[in-house]
Amino acid sequence: MGFPHKHLIDIREYSREDIMTILETAKTFKQINERRIKKVPTLKGFTVVNMFNEPSTRTRSSFEIAEKRLSADTLNFGGSGTSTVKGESLTDTVKTLCSYKVDCIVVRDKHAGVPRKIADISGVHVIDAGDGKHQHPTQALLDLYSIWEAKGSFDGLHVGIVGDIGHSRVCGSLVPALKIMGCEVTLIAPQTLLPARPDVLGADHVTSDLDAVLPQLDVVYMLRIQRERFEGAPYPSLREYNMLYGLTREREPLMKPYAVICHPGPINRGVELDSYMADHPTRSLILDQVYAGVLVRMAVLYLLLGGADDGADA
Amino acid sequence: MALMLRNARLVDPQVGLDEVADVLIEDERIAKVGASLECAGAEELDLSGKIIVPGLVDMHVHLREPGFELKEDIASGTRAAARGGFAAVCAMPNTNPITDDALAVEYIKARAEAVGKCRVLVSGACTKGLGGETLAEMGDMVRHGCCAFTDDGRGIKDSGMMRRVLDYAAQFDRVVMPHCQDDELVGAGQVNEGVASTRLGLEGWPAEGEELEIMRDIALCRLTGCPVHIQHLTTKRALDMVRAAKAEGLPVTCEVTPHHLFLTEDNIGDDYPTSLKVNPPLRTVADAAALIEGVFDGSVDAIVTDHAPHTEWEKDREFELAPFGMIGLETSLGLMLTHMVHTGVIDYAKLVDVMAVTPRAILRQERVAIEPGCMADLTVFDPNEEWTVRAEDFLSKAKNSGFVGHSLKGRATHVLVGGKLTLRDGVIVD
Repeated sequence: MGFPHKHLIDIREYSREDIMTILETAKTFKQINERRIKKVPTLKGFTVVNMFNEPSTRTRSSFEIAEKRLSADTLNFGGSGTSTVKGESLTDTVKTLCSYKVDCIVVRDKHAGVPRKIADISGVHVIDAGDGKHQHPTQALLDLYSIWEAKGSFDGLHVGIVGDIGHSRVCGSLVPALKIMGCEVTLIAPQTLLPARPDVLGADHVTSDLDAVLPQLDVVYMLRIQRERFEGAPYPSLREYNMLYGLTREREPLMKPYAVICHPGPINRGVELDSYMADHPTRSLILDQVYAGVLVRMAVLYLLLGGADDGADA
Repeated sequence: MALMLRNARLVDPQVGLDEVADVLIEDERIAKVGASLECAGAEELDLSGKIIVPGLVDMHVHLREPGFELKEDIASGTRAAARGGFAAVCAMPNTNPITDDALAVEYIKARAEAVGKCRVLVSGACTKGLGGETLAEMGDMVRHGCCAFTDDGRGIKDSGMMRRVLDYAAQFDRVVMPHCQDDELVGAGQVNEGVASTRLGLEGWPAEGEELEIMRDIALCRLTGCPVHIQHLTTKRALDMVRAAKAEGLPVTCEVTPHHLFLTEDNIGDDYPTSLKVNPPLRTVADAAALIEGVFDGSVDAIVTDHAPHTEWEKDREFELAPFGMIGLETSLGLMLTHMVHTGVIDYAKLVDVMAVTPRAILRQERVAIEPGCMADLTVFDPNEEWTVRAEDFLSKAKNSGFVGHSLKGRATHVLVGGKLTLRDGVIVD
């Protein structure tokens, strides 16, 4: 036994077996989350720091719930009051945190590569909760979990990812993760929203024609479009984006009968999805993904921290 | 005061020299070159097994003084230069205050005179404050000894302004050395656009961001006739443009750094090493191979380090927040010997050409050859000394080298500047 990883930073370091272990473990945690007292003593005495250096409500909440249900002591660190605002370097901040004798740092940062740097400085377990445009491995794992639960297996699945792939840390982890599990992956976006080398991520196909590829997809993964940004935007209008890349009721006839819809949230109704698709009773996995987030994060914390209740190092 | 350099192999393609002989230096100049020279009372140095070449020149160095003395200053930067085998360096003008008038030129000259361990040639800004909008007082700076013009660190965005710079500079017999970077295209680019930017999730710095401005500046060279020297060129296509310009007879030259020759985007691992964050970024394996070919075939005129010192805490940051640049003065010669000469890509004569003769010519400096009458600016190196690059050994204040841990073969042992030893047996002469 023993999980062969200390950190979850780069999903590409995980094998198919490692990922299946996480998904199977996540599944066993369902029963904890569905009873009246939603708490087990598994991580009692462990201190987990949620170091969120950029705004995030959903991911931080999901981690915090996962930590609390495993009885870890949690410290939320970051936000606008961080010491970096006072000019402290990341290195000094992390060394300060370590002096509190913490066991695990869950980190969200707007700069790529920060989780690895924290791992190198701190020596404690590090979980990447999203770094810049680089990776977001727990998001990829919860996506895999939702797809696995809905489809029963990954064999022969063709997943299409639609939207702002070039600026997406989700894709930085999701595309490699899907490839590790043996799926076929198609990226669907205008070139303004693609990374320079989609093949480096592992994508099998790239197209800007959603309608042409939709009939082949088992999973349609819609990414969030940033609606805040207009000047220098990579598309002329939300209207045109919706016209070309929105998953709307009008497009449903093009979909396979059992094709499902994923979205990392929060969704922009009327942009990448209309309400019919977002709330689709059989196709939409969006809320299942949110629940899967708690399960998968519990599983990752449990496996990385060793699941030991004697406080021994993993 | 006479100094006799005995038994070294002398290499100087300018005078067709490659033989073991003695060099007699009297005062600041070379007095005699030949076998078994005699001179009563001269100090003698036995340099058997070593090679003497015209003093190396690094025409692209950031000494950081005035303004950024925590990174480097003229004393530490020139000590690093001498340790690396350089008899002269050309200081870039992006200091604080910026070197854009005669006063600033005089300040650097005075500091170099007082504390320098090699010659410091001063380049001046093309535009006031490096702002790209108003011409700097180039004429006055030339009168005070400025050797070339550059707005290094940024491209001159406005083509009309760049034309004005070249038209105006054309009267002074000085080169203009553009840093070619199209800001709109490069944006917040961090690493080469392509494999590295995708793999690391970082903003891409496309090759075209450099190539477009090189293309423009070659066109403006044609229009104005002003000699143009392209700084830190990094891509195959850019080199092809320079080749074509030279074939056309335009006064275009270019320089390449050791890090763009011997490192690529593939060296930037998932630990996001900020010492490999440089501007322009490390390019592809194919680009590096093309640059090596360019050194061999003469398309590359000069090897420069773009020595860019930063403090340890500035570099110990998130990759996107760390400043661009790496130091290079103390590794340049060793890298060139190890990867270019010992591998047989180029010979010693070519090395002298790109590290001494041509840089001096581009900077309009007095010719230095190993022959009687020439200024005794000489570099002596042991081609076979094996050593490992270690951060704690740098004489530079900064440690941000991308080559720490590399094993090299060949290292400078002595440097003479105007007949005076500034480096002796690998130790700075104080």
